[in-house]
Amino acid sequence: MSITYLEAIREAQARALAEDPRVFIYGEDVGQFGGAFKATKNLAAEFPGRVKDAPISEDAIVGFAVGAAIEGMRPIVEMQFADFSTVAINQIVNQAGTLFWRTQTPCPIVVRMPCGGTSGSGPFHSQNMEAIYSHYPGLVVVTPATVEDAYSMLIEAVALNDPVIFCEHKLLYYHLKAEKLPTEALPIGKARIAREGRDMTIVTYSAMIHEALAAADELEPEGWRVEVVDLRSVKPLDTDTVMASVARTGRLLCVGESWPWGGVTAEVIARVTSEGFALLDAPPQRLNSKDTPVPYHPSLWAAHRPTGHSIAAAARRVLRQ
Amino acid sequence: MVQATLSREAAPSPASNVDTTVETFRFMLLARVLDEKMANLYRAGKIHGGVFLGRGQEALSASLGVSLRKGDVFAPLVRDTAGRLAFGEPILDCVRTYLGSVLGPMRGRDGNVHRGRPSAGILPMISHLGAMISVVNGALFAKRAAGVQDAVGATCLGDGGMSTGAFHEALNQAAVERLPLVLVVANNQYAYSTPNRHQFACTSLLDRARGYGVAGQAVDGTDLTACLNALRSAVVAARAGQGPQLVVASLLRLCGHGEHDDASYITPEIKKSAVGRDCIAVAEAQLLQADLATRPALAGLRAECVAAVEQAVATVQREPAPDPFAEQWQALSAAHLLDTTQES
Repeated sequence: MSITYLEAIREAQARALAEDPRVFIYGEDVGQFGGAFKATKNLAAEFPGRVKDAPISEDAIVGFAVGAAIEGMRPIVEMQFADFSTVAINQIVNQAGTLFWRTQTPCPIVVRMPCGGTSGSGPFHSQNMEAIYSHYPGLVVVTPATVEDAYSMLIEAVALNDPVIFCEHKLLYYHLKAEKLPTEALPIGKARIAREGRDMTIVTYSAMIHEALAAADELEPEGWRVEVVDLRSVKPLDTDTVMASVARTGRLLCVGESWPWGGVTAEVIARVTSEGFALLDAPPQRLNSKDTPVPYHPSLWAAHRPTGHSIAAAARRVLRQ
Repeated sequence: MVQATLSREAAPSPASNVDTTVETFRFMLLARVLDEKMANLYRAGKIHGGVFLGRGQEALSASLGVSLRKGDVFAPLVRDTAGRLAFGEPILDCVRTYLGSVLGPMRGRDGNVHRGRPSAGILPMISHLGAMISVVNGALFAKRAAGVQDAVGATCLGDGGMSTGAFHEALNQAAVERLPLVLVVANNQYAYSTPNRHQFACTSLLDRARGYGVAGQAVDGTDLTACLNALRSAVVAARAGQGPQLVVASLLRLCGHGEHDDASYITPEIKKSAVGRDCIAVAEAQLLQADLATRPALAGLRAECVAAVEQAVATVQREPAPDPFAEQWQALSAAHLLDTTQES
């Protein structure tokens, strides 16, 4: 038996619904249809009245979740695509993100954001929003890269008393598989060493973990042993684990699928250079997507985002310095 | 204590329309006096940031506040001092928030009209117009899910706020969910400086009720009796399960957008028109004509309000401001998930 990343997300929601009567799911097409990606398949039938179809109104969907959370419920919102959350950004950053600080009232909502590029999806069904939401205070932003993390971090996100932006990568939905669901897990806020190495550190998260691991494989026959750090959550950022890795390797490449200006990779490098400059044997580098909208055609899309090969090429430049 | 007699907690449940009218007028007058005091403090340089008055909107706002009850949800907007007081917000919450007292509900973290107590059913507005409507919807859904059948949620908006996407999304959402939402619109003719003719092209804002399949009624917002009838019937209908209720009141903002604004764009013609009437003067005339009050009684009531406001201000002026060194700079409830850098 095996379980996919997408099935793990469905199972986590089923468990949350079963274990906590305060939990409900709200989003476009999540009810009988089971969601655009089937992340809520059969949940409406299993939990009558608790898996609610919403009108196409992202702002009102998140506002509704905040109101329900104020009254003690624990809503899970499904954005049909992370890209559409720009319509809801006001409710996310100004309503959910400010509520606790302004009033000491917790805001336990989870906003699931199917994010990231897949072949043929184009500019408005491919975006990565983690940097935008990390910039604002009052939000936890997680980016699971594995089946196990997709499951355990969603369970933990629902239990937290703060708003969680749950960035689930669509490219991993069907292809990434595990033997079984985890029974224990690292908590949100802790990074993970996805692969041990000694020559350089690649810090990344979400689907780029798998590209970075491919790059590490590619570099191994050349004699390089690359350490890969999976951030798991980008806010909070586990700077300690990153610094410990850089202390071992002396070289750093940060990889992200999002756009280059600012963002998670810039933040990691800023922290390492300001807090651990002496640990570095070479200038740290970044590799992100190109600074254009995400292209539609597979040949353009494959060149727009980092891949195992482009990460390996960037890593060689770091290693040779 | 004067303040207690003016708070909703201590107010007797309205036995009749007569009692309600007088009681509502008390909240209107208290709000006017409180607003004027905040304006005076602003002009004296005692307030950080802006001051925003409900002048001209007290009849509408107070009528909503007295029509609600404990257990309901209320998300007031900028000009709802009267409705807040009528719903039970203490005078001190207003004064403490304006003066930035650390003892207030917002503790200096937010100011002026951005105050509330979610646990008491008063949701603190954010500045983005229309954004509170869907939050009230969600609160009402949660109450329904918890088996509470008779709670109502009310929120307020203006003619300008009705142009936002958030308004349209949320009113439609409330209609789809058939929630007991009362949405009260004060069409005060201007959104900041922008007159109605640049804000909407429909004949009446009330048309939007029909557009979303919700009940709607228009009301003269300068007329206390009319406002009370409209708001009480809207709240009763919502409570009875008849779905969202839109109330659109015509009135005029008798002041600037905030006290920094001289409102020179408001034309003399509109000031002289029916919407330009001062609802306090109209209500006083109604009370006198119906023999519900005498001139000395009205003067006494005003003196009572002034004393209550002065007492609150005197109290708050002795209270401490927030201390940046003692402040918990923490936007998450989960302290272990705070993101820390060397600069923090």
